[in-house]
Amino acid sequence: MAKTEPELLSAGRQTAFLWPDPPEEDKYSVCVHCGFCLEVCPTYQEWKDENHSPRGRVFLIKEAAEGKLPLDESVIDPVFTCLDCRACETVCPSGVQVGALIEEARGQVHYAQPKTGMNGAIERFFLRGVFPHPKRLKTLRGLMRFYQKSGLRTVARRTGALRVLPKHLREMEAVIPDIEPKAAIDALPERMPAQGPKKGTAALFTGCVMDVFFSDVNMATARVANRNGLEVLVPREQICCGALQVHAGDREQARAMAKRNIEVFERSGADYIIINAAGCGAALKEYPELFKDDPAWHERAEAFSKRVRDISELLVEVGFDPPKGEVPCTITYHDACHLCHAQKIRSQPRQLLRSIPGVELVEMVDSERCCGSAGIYNLTHPEMAGALLERKMDDIPEGVEAVVMGNPGCMMQIRAGVHRRQADLEVLHTVELLDLAYQKEAKRG
Amino acid sequence: MNDAELARALTGILGERRVLWKPNQLHAYACDGYTARQGLPRAVVFPETTEEVAAVVKLLHDHDIPFLPRGAGTGLSGGAIPLHREVIISLVRMNKLLSVDFENLRAVVQPGLVNLTLTKRITHQGFYYAPDPSSQSVCTIGGNLAENAGGSHCLKYGVTTNHIVAAKIVLPDGTVTELGTPYGDAPGYDLLGLVVGSEGTLGIATEITVRILKKPEGVKTALAMFDRVADASDTVSGIIGAGIIPAAIEMMDQLAMQAVDKSNYHVGYPTDIEAVLLIEVDGLAAGVDEVMDRVVEICRRHHVRTVKVAQSEAERALWWSSRKMAFGATGRISPDYIVQDGVIPRTRLTEVLQRIAEISRESGLRIANVFHAGDGNLHPLICYDSRIPGETEKAIAVGSAVLKVCADVGGTITGEHGVGIEKLEEMRFMFSDDDLAAQLEIRSVFNPKDLCNPGKLIPQPSRCAEVKNARHIIEDNWQIFGTFPEHARVLGPAHANDRRGPSATGTGPKDGAAPDPELVGAAAPASDLGPAPAVRAEVATGAAPSVAGTAPGGAAGAAAGRDAGGFEGDLGAQG
Repeated sequence: MAKTEPELLSAGRQTAFLWPDPPEEDKYSVCVHCGFCLEVCPTYQEWKDENHSPRGRVFLIKEAAEGKLPLDESVIDPVFTCLDCRACETVCPSGVQVGALIEEARGQVHYAQPKTGMNGAIERFFLRGVFPHPKRLKTLRGLMRFYQKSGLRTVARRTGALRVLPKHLREMEAVIPDIEPKAAIDALPERMPAQGPKKGTAALFTGCVMDVFFSDVNMATARVANRNGLEVLVPREQICCGALQVHAGDREQARAMAKRNIEVFERSGADYIIINAAGCGAALKEYPELFKDDPAWHERAEAFSKRVRDISELLVEVGFDPPKGEVPCTITYHDACHLCHAQKIRSQPRQLLRSIPGVELVEMVDSERCCGSAGIYNLTHPEMAGALLERKMDDIPEGVEAVVMGNPGCMMQIRAGVHRRQADLEVLHTVELLDLAYQKEAKRG
Repeated sequence: MNDAELARALTGILGERRVLWKPNQLHAYACDGYTARQGLPRAVVFPETTEEVAAVVKLLHDHDIPFLPRGAGTGLSGGAIPLHREVIISLVRMNKLLSVDFENLRAVVQPGLVNLTLTKRITHQGFYYAPDPSSQSVCTIGGNLAENAGGSHCLKYGVTTNHIVAAKIVLPDGTVTELGTPYGDAPGYDLLGLVVGSEGTLGIATEITVRILKKPEGVKTALAMFDRVADASDTVSGIIGAGIIPAAIEMMDQLAMQAVDKSNYHVGYPTDIEAVLLIEVDGLAAGVDEVMDRVVEICRRHHVRTVKVAQSEAERALWWSSRKMAFGATGRISPDYIVQDGVIPRTRLTEVLQRIAEISRESGLRIANVFHAGDGNLHPLICYDSRIPGETEKAIAVGSAVLKVCADVGGTITGEHGVGIEKLEEMRFMFSDDDLAAQLEIRSVFNPKDLCNPGKLIPQPSRCAEVKNARHIIEDNWQIFGTFPEHARVLGPAHANDRRGPSATGTGPKDGAAPDPELVGAAAPASDLGPAPAVRAEVATGAAPSVAGTAPGGAAGAAAGRDAGGFEGDLGAQG
């Protein structure tokens, strides 16, 4: 874009991005301002304000980079209202990496304006205090299970103590699944041999949220991989992938976590790193972005990310046995943003689901539009997240019995939607359904 | 009225959430799809009803504050760029489909409804809205009306003006009027025809009645690859000459193919062909196959290397997205581009493309070509890098030179993107000062204070390289500009921004003494454009004979577009 109105648009020349790892010129200069991204952007669809569109955000990032805007609310708000859903990247003819630009810009904000108040405290507690520390995560998990099993939950609900929480948090509390006694990372053996001819070794990335709330899905993933000729390893020293930290702009913390994971999975010697959470999968595949200024680690991150596969992606890649057990049900599939937009994985989960005898897959309209979960966006921007959840719920075709997807954040969000509407709907992960079919097959056989 | 008072008044009408006025919130509105010039608006407002638009316009009119309507901001000629601190009236929240009458083939829409969304909303009954600019997935029907937008299929179906039958218009003083008639031909002067394509200078459409069409029964699409551009051009003439009226014939050259093949819309074009044609025929299911057979036969006669008919809807859709995303995909091969929009007689295609290649060589800027070959509407994409000092100016000059070639072979300077601010000077290739003065008189009937999108579409007749001379003419003719002196007061500091470069370069108009010709709105004279002396000389010599029926834009333009069904408008962005 031209610099032909210098008096007007450039107050100063000093860039507003003063810290390391700023949004890269090579990324924002790719935008030609055609506007084709506008209509797929969930926040633009809701507000219709250019400031909260991909084109607008990239323009503001560019203006700040060139010193035409300070790093104030005019840039920070739009950068943080972004869901990081990457729908814009799917349509962008020019190939702008909007997600990476947003994450880099958030990194600058993280340095410039540490968050204060309650939101800041909560964010720091979880993103720095809990998720990077497996033991604390385990403790938190235990506390939540205690809350559910000890009768404390019943008391809290009955006495109305939960009413102190805002509505969106109350809804989340209501839909937290029953926590299993053990997380998959502790329950699964470190090595599980492949069934049948071996197609490779896959190290399972268990994740943080997934393993706290949906450890069943991790167990199912391991079983399904085994069943299809993959030896499964579960490296014990792995930690949370750092995606939430990257989204929040805490790139330093994310880098430290990435290094740990890269080392751990290098040691495992596995051919593949398998993951069943779309957000984590995208983050793992994008580790190299975090090490642009560190050639040695960049190379290791590249090698690491090349081995990362979503479970549905790997099953289709190495070939899977269509299950013979029948699961008669009508389902619809929700494309998690970080699966379809960030990882371009659309056909594989559908292929797996369609292979299950008895399953009828009914497509929902705009299945690729964000459900509003977006990491912790539903906690930081409940109004927008709530509006998007309503639209997602409206789009679920009538008569389906289950909504299937490949990301724990979406599963929590859509569970909240089901709860809100008191709908008779199951919320499932793709591998859960596949695993069920294999189990039925085993019983039958 | 100072900025704070204005913000209060606007907030009083629309509420706080629908007014942006803090300076740093306005940057995202500095330009539309044309980025070579930028300016900050004074405020941005989001009305949702005709009454709100009228109230805002009346307020601004009463206080002599300039304003402009804006749709999705995908326009390619800068029609929605605020160069005079205009208040931007964004119409994107007015995006309702108000009613549909399938039996009578009519739909009533608000201006912010997205072009493709209208089709999506009526497709279940087998209907669609025909004009299909490349940006149809985002551009608004209000913007289409402003620019008299076209698209690939307008070769057969005509441009926007052929599809709009009535509109509710908020005039620049805030009064509301209705033009056209839903059925039949409105008696008297065709004022609707005047407003369609007026680029937001005559008022703001707030309700638009459009024609909808039944989807054709049969569609066949072919992709034909040619070793030589000349063969592709001859094929186009051959098809039309054979009496076939295809729904669309699109052409892309090698550089454009490389750009789209690097994008998400990869087709995999051979790297050693010069041109590809995308040809579509539609109509009754019973005749389509035979027509396509004839098209294929004509391609073969003209030495096509390969010609393939789409075997599935998915294949057809990919070919079309590859074509429609070509502008944006140019970002894959260049950090910036300007897309030009000249129209030429179809038979001169080969020769004009050669001239464009020469201009590219001489200037050192790469030019990709993507265009509606069927109606001779060229879109040379001039690649440049705004970070290199002087290159933006060079690209603008190259665009101008291309348009001069188009005008010289008997064509025109815009097929569908409008004049905006981009092609103001090039209007002189088409019109004499007297022609332009006549058009301005028409504008002043609707827009006497020149507050509604000032400085767009028509250059002031006085503009020429010699500022002194220009100033005289404006002073002598100032009655044409109505309330010009008030402008000077109201606009205040804005005119400092109304030029391409700082006047310190010595080539720009002199600052100071009012009335400043900058205020009445044209872009800097072509002689500011820097290198490319040949172009400069041509621009300076100015007026080409006006060509009735091929006139771009404005008063004559809208009417002409209606006659010449082949003309197209694309990517419009204002109401």
